[in-house]
Amino acid sequence: MKKIATLACVSTLALTGAAMAQDSIKIGVPVFLSGAAAGPFGEPEKNAAELMFDALNAGEVPAPYNSMGIGGRMIDATFIDEASDAVVEYRNLVERTGVEAVIGYTSSGNCKSVAPVAEELETFTIFVDCGTPQVFEDVVTEPKFLFRTGPTATPDAVGAARYLRDSGYDLSRVAGINQNYAWGQDNWRDFTGALDALGTESKYVSNQMPQLGAGQYGAEVSALLTSSPNVVYNSFWGGDLEAFVLQAAPRGLFARSAVLMTCGEALFPAVGKNIPEGAIVSARGPFSVFAPENDLSTWFAAAYEERFGEYPTYPAWKMAQAVLGAKAAYAKAGEGATAADAAAAMTGLEFEAPSGIVKMANANGHQAIQGIGFGTVTQVDGKPTVENVKFYEAECVSPPADMRAEDWIASGFEGAVCE
Amino acid sequence: MLKFTAIMLDGLNYSAWLFLVAVGLTLIYGVMRILNIAHGAFYAIGAYVCASTLGLYYGAGLPEALAFLAMGLVALIAGVVLGLAVERGVLRFLYGKDEVLMVLVTYALFLILGDAVKLIWGVESYFVYQPYAYFGFVEIGGLPYQVYDLLMVVLAVVLGVALWFWLERSRMGRMTTAVVADREISAAMGINVKRIFATTFAIGTFFAVVGGAVTAPKIAVTPGIGVEVIILAFAVVVIGGLGSIPGAAIGAVFAGYARALSVHLAPEFELFAIYAVMAAVLAVRPHGLFAKVSGRKI
Repeated sequence: MKKIATLACVSTLALTGAAMAQDSIKIGVPVFLSGAAAGPFGEPEKNAAELMFDALNAGEVPAPYNSMGIGGRMIDATFIDEASDAVVEYRNLVERTGVEAVIGYTSSGNCKSVAPVAEELETFTIFVDCGTPQVFEDVVTEPKFLFRTGPTATPDAVGAARYLRDSGYDLSRVAGINQNYAWGQDNWRDFTGALDALGTESKYVSNQMPQLGAGQYGAEVSALLTSSPNVVYNSFWGGDLEAFVLQAAPRGLFARSAVLMTCGEALFPAVGKNIPEGAIVSARGPFSVFAPENDLSTWFAAAYEERFGEYPTYPAWKMAQAVLGAKAAYAKAGEGATAADAAAAMTGLEFEAPSGIVKMANANGHQAIQGIGFGTVTQVDGKPTVENVKFYEAECVSPPADMRAEDWIASGFEGAVCE
Repeated sequence: MLKFTAIMLDGLNYSAWLFLVAVGLTLIYGVMRILNIAHGAFYAIGAYVCASTLGLYYGAGLPEALAFLAMGLVALIAGVVLGLAVERGVLRFLYGKDEVLMVLVTYALFLILGDAVKLIWGVESYFVYQPYAYFGFVEIGGLPYQVYDLLMVVLAVVLGVALWFWLERSRMGRMTTAVVADREISAAMGINVKRIFATTFAIGTFFAVVGGAVTAPKIAVTPGIGVEVIILAFAVVVIGGLGSIPGAAIGAVFAGYARALSVHLAPEFELFAIYAVMAAVLAVRPHGLFAKVSGRKI
């Protein structure tokens, strides 16, 4: 009798577990949990993912996302550290943990490695923040399961060139300091190409390419100072950007040159008061201080601030956007949708996000395009914010669907629509 | 001329930093024959301890000038305590084992200490930028240069000379040199080899911790900062010759100027400038510039 009771208990538990498994959607979330990118990127991305998953499961996100879960199923998230062998850990997520979808990745290097594996394993995957255009231009040219809901690096570089020209900066002597891998190389190529296309006749007096994670930039700052640029273009991110500001600002680089940092907004919580006034920053899209005012942006900023005690920086906004993109795709695919259905539905999708309308317009409908804002830093009551803001719409700073970024810039922004 | 000045200063500054982070590694290998991969973790702990302590220090509104004293004191305490804890708690049980095993053990320690750092300090970045800005900058030949960076050169020279003096002039140092030459005969002559090992490891750890502590005001102190450092430190000691203190100094100068030259003259080669020098040196002198080639004991 005792044995039968035990068997019954075990069977009931097994059935309940199976029912729960059917009622949940397993999502893998690779973000930086260690390393120099953990603080400025991994932490806000993880926070935003947790906030969004909890709010979606509770049905607390404003319309049109006020139904519970994703595809009617509760979200069961597995967070992994992006600072590891990206391909091995991705395979583990899909093949061992058995996730149905993956939402994450910040590093362009990791995105390039994971992209073909996502297609090979036919796993619905959304890249959150990595920016290299190479992902869809060179690595996976006919994507089916892979998406990127954040803009590439091209709008950063093109927007930066337009902002500098439109704001009247002296562009006769230009220097750059960018990390020596896909992200930094693409950035410098696109930025200098954009300046040439705009006819600024700039002379490129220094092109510093330190190693990712170098941390020590004394020599690079000296090289920038000795080359006397009017403008310095910087696409650093994470701890590298924080270290650069801490080392370059006291030596007067920001006073001698206009320094533009495409990822500069992510610095605000940690070293915001160390950013000299007048430095030019962006949030790599219409995020954070550059975000439009709408129900979703107001709700997201307030909910994040209430839960984590600080205003969300742009990596958090981009994570929230990716999660809502997945929700919108499953919703469009309809009841009982599989990951493959969701991937098909997300192709070419337009969905609402805290940053406004996101158009999956490029790379056969797998790559989002969005506008970008730039502004100069000003300190108000010891806290940084931006002024002199200019915003460029997506169609002004993104290549058309059928063109590579490099070719589009070289063509003089063929087909660009700028106000 | 301005570029020449910049190369000279940047090379000197980077060499000093490399020497600080590499000399402890070579000291420990020279005396104990342990290729200590945990050295990178000691560096990271030095940075964290400095950032935390000075954060509390400045938070308490204490005089800024004395922060440097606090930094030195904390580095000394952390270095000695950490070094002795690792040597007494782990390594002493493994003396006499194969060198490869010791590499694996210290690699395990590196990983454990890395996780301990995350457990204690979390993954958020720590900042303690006040000391770096405290002295301001001076213009040298028209180039603004942080006084803090110049003081780091002075510190490296002072600590390097102190280490040399300890090894060459003190009784303990002489005994350490004897242990380097032959630990069995040293023990037979009455030298307490275990004590020498503990002292050496504590001093080596102290150098790593100091390296981290003086770097903390310039960087974002985050998990993983020890990884890059241990690779660079290995490159430096391999150039100079494993186990050689003068070798570490010369190796640091070679590596420091290789990087400074590439940054100023050919930035696209900066990524592998130091490793190119290392490869070139090893091609000519496979044991490094200052390593003594000794016969293998049977």
